[in-house]
Amino acid sequence: MSDAVSALKGASFDGLVRVEECGLQGMITLRGDLSNRAVAKAATSVSGQKMPGQNRANVAGESGICWMSPDELLVLVPYSEAGAAVEKMTATLGKVHSLAVNVSDARAVFRLSGPAARDVLAKLCPVDLSPEAFGPGQFRRTRLAQVPAAFWMDDAETFRIVCFRSVAQYVFDLLKAAAHPAAAVGYHTSVGG
Amino acid sequence: MLILQCPYCGIDAEETELAPGGEAHLKRHGPGSSDEDFHDYLFARENPRGVHFERWRHANGCGKWFHAARDTATLEVFGTYPAQTTEPPKEIRDAITARRPGWRWREFS
Repeated sequence: MSDAVSALKGASFDGLVRVEECGLQGMITLRGDLSNRAVAKAATSVSGQKMPGQNRANVAGESGICWMSPDELLVLVPYSEAGAAVEKMTATLGKVHSLAVNVSDARAVFRLSGPAARDVLAKLCPVDLSPEAFGPGQFRRTRLAQVPAAFWMDDAETFRIVCFRSVAQYVFDLLKAAAHPAAAVGYHTSVGG
Repeated sequence: MLILQCPYCGIDAEETELAPGGEAHLKRHGPGSSDEDFHDYLFARENPRGVHFERWRHANGCGKWFHAARDTATLEVFGTYPAQTTEPPKEIRDAITARRPGWRWREFS
């Protein structure tokens, strides 16, 4: 089998914050009735995380569950385990009306880390990123400039951003421009301002 | 700027996160209907100055279609509600009546 590569092969940039492409990440889209026990079990058993509430994500490292919409979850697993995870989930789901698909190679993941991370991301999306409004544990789907994206916070200074692979270079360029050393705004954090 | 709360994910979505879907509560007239009904279904739209009902999609978000009741002149939003309905729910109509007594929109008031 050919070697899988991520969209930007781990490209990184150091500016107001560190922007890096995270490399290969296993991602599984699970659609179905989220109140169904089989659907919840399929997600929790392969990720080892609890079911998240509305607009929330339970993520630890490369494993987790993100709430995408009232009938959709994004299940994160290590890349090499994604194929087996889908098979396991499909078996768990049985005849329940649902769908589990491996979308790992259709997405790109970025990490934004540094004290000014809120300021950098807030330039690109119509979301209140103040610490009172958005913090670790929450999950948000929105747009980054012109393309759809989703993100959550691993800790108070780190975002992880998921976008479509076809726009990975565009998103990386956006993040680089927003994190340019001369582009500090110091709105949410005084660091870098 | 228009901010609508998506009734599915509860997010206060700014206009650029949404896609407009035109007028709400259209009744489809397909094969077997009169030419006049079909014409109106295709082309006749309200264009009010005031209370209006629209469809929106939380496109850069949870992706769900929903309905919104708002005032086209002031951009005041009276409320949003799920798409699985053929008429505005009572609480939305009451909210509009509280702000715009005597309002009318198509067959609703």
